[in-house]
Amino acid sequence: MSICSLWIIFMRINLNENLNLMRKICLALIFFSGMIVSGCKSDSETPDPETGIPKPVNWMKPSHFPDPVYDMSKNPLTVEGVELGRFLFYDGILSRTNDIGCGTCHQQSAAFTHHGHELSHGVDDQLGTRNAPAVQNLAWSTSFFWDGGVHDLDFVPPAPIQNKVEMGETVGNVMEKLRNTPVKGAAVPVNYPKMFKAAFGSEEINTERMMKALSQFMLSMVSATSRYDYYVLGDASAITTQEKEGLVLFKQKCGSCHGGELFTDFSFRNNGITPNKINDQGRYAITLDEGDRMKFKVPSLRNVALTAPYMHDGRFHALSEVLDHYANDQNSSKTDSMYVSPTLDPVLMVAGQKRGIRLTAQEKLSIIAFLKTLNDEQFIADKRFSDPGVGTAL
Amino acid sequence: MKIKYLSVSILISFLCASLVLVSCSNDDVVIDPTSKGDLRIEFDNVVGDRDLALNSGNYQNAAGESFSVTTLNYYVSNIKLLLADGSSYTIPKDSSYFLIRESNSESQTVTLKNVPAGEYTGVQFIIGVDSLKSVSDISQRTGILDIGSGPTNDEAMYWDWNPGYIFLKLEGISSVATSANSKFYYHIGGFGGRNAKTINNLKTVKVDFGGKKASVTKDLSPEVHLLADVLKIFSGFTQVSIKVNTGVMFTDFSQNIANNYVNMFTLDHIHAD
Repeated sequence: MSICSLWIIFMRINLNENLNLMRKICLALIFFSGMIVSGCKSDSETPDPETGIPKPVNWMKPSHFPDPVYDMSKNPLTVEGVELGRFLFYDGILSRTNDIGCGTCHQQSAAFTHHGHELSHGVDDQLGTRNAPAVQNLAWSTSFFWDGGVHDLDFVPPAPIQNKVEMGETVGNVMEKLRNTPVKGAAVPVNYPKMFKAAFGSEEINTERMMKALSQFMLSMVSATSRYDYYVLGDASAITTQEKEGLVLFKQKCGSCHGGELFTDFSFRNNGITPNKINDQGRYAITLDEGDRMKFKVPSLRNVALTAPYMHDGRFHALSEVLDHYANDQNSSKTDSMYVSPTLDPVLMVAGQKRGIRLTAQEKLSIIAFLKTLNDEQFIADKRFSDPGVGTAL
Repeated sequence: MKIKYLSVSILISFLCASLVLVSCSNDDVVIDPTSKGDLRIEFDNVVGDRDLALNSGNYQNAAGESFSVTTLNYYVSNIKLLLADGSSYTIPKDSSYFLIRESNSESQTVTLKNVPAGEYTGVQFIIGVDSLKSVSDISQRTGILDIGSGPTNDEAMYWDWNPGYIFLKLEGISSVATSANSKFYYHIGGFGGRNAKTINNLKTVKVDFGGKKASVTKDLSPEVHLLADVLKIFSGFTQVSIKVNTGVMFTDFSQNIANNYVNMFTLDHIHAD
């Protein structure tokens, strides 16, 4: 982590031989150091054998972000709790076949999405119906999954664990397996009772502790160190002229849904993509409200250039395809390709003009250039969020 | 928590709480109102006039369809004991959640402890888990409400994807079922929604003892024997056909089944001790 930061400072100094600018960069880095410093601790320190009391993590909100939605006071982050959560996140023991962990479909290099997979891919090569969403900045999420069926981060893990085509296991059985660790002959022998004790004071493994540990890890996964963030925090040179143009256009053309520093308004909308073969009705399945048919969550666009494929079923593989859809000129077609239904978002229906958002080819390029500034290279390389050696990939 | 539905639930809870406070008065019975005892309620699942036998029994519903039952589970919560004068005693909320399972005979008798002495003339309870508990923090989901272990997890009585307990689960086999395996699945839940209104299948059951009394004293622990008739799940409010509705889960139709089963409970008898 610190090597990475130093490298970035070094790069910037080389790029801009301007002392004033350097000062600004330093200020920005000092600002982020809260997160960084606490991270270094969690990497190197072990539970204090003297006291046995978990060490608090100083979780800091990036200054330009809103207040988190998750109530940190009910689950204060500790070094040991986050570390336990990290092991649980990556360990295939959470699945029936012991080879699918959360990290299997939420890979760090792809901002915790499943690179190259349109639909989630679970136990016994079974396929889900939706694209694995990014695990990042969940402290600010008002709901989870494409349909927003879950409202509390502590209740998220049972959904994939107990989904027959994802991890196909029961939480009860996972906890039983955890209680029976370390397993002799395992490639990486993890002693979960010991880790629960370090995190929560005793070896007891129960639902609340397991979910809170996973939440702690996921809450620690904050992406706020993209070039865009440096720009917002005062480094005018962090993004290029074209990217700045793209930012202005983005706010104008896309900001009504992808607003704020999380780049989402957390609403559910029908963006006019044609229903797929299974006629996924999205949010409607949760509310049974006709007005919610074919609505899906507006996703955050942080790291969006790293999280292809796009949409709830991963149907678009490039940002250009996504913008072609919104501009309603896919394949340069002159015809209307917006799927019209009663719930189609009003933003896409401006009276007297073709459905969609007017975008020229040049504007699309600028917007895409801007979106790439949301790539957070530190986040996807941060060792604090990496597989501790228990993970599996498909 | 600032949401309308929750506020209503909270209001109701407070109203219930105030009921508790005024319920301790008693009439002319020679019962020491300051003493306490236990009261047991047995939930005896039957099918018409026959006892329910999982897997082996063969029954016929109002639509004339024959079926067997492989699973019957339901939550009973927020139990309130009624007194002749219209007052009542509400079991402390956190001691008032139970999951009745036909496959587990122990689960079918609910023991209410430290009940104020009195001559109870009826019982009221919710089939399901009330909305306040259904949106509570994970630290509040212990014991029978633990979503990750114990009977709730073993019996898959919780929807992970749209969080909420499955209030009543009836599964069985019928030759008229349209599923690949001839099974029918009725998973009825829905607590009314967290921040948007959704279906509400929380049903309050009231069973009047019809002149009989369950007398609780410090020495007497009566047992109220209730019957729960599976046939009533299929009829009453709406006649339900296994052939037409082989699977009923989180859909509007589930409300018909909930409106049926709210009437499935009757008093059989009361053991004095």
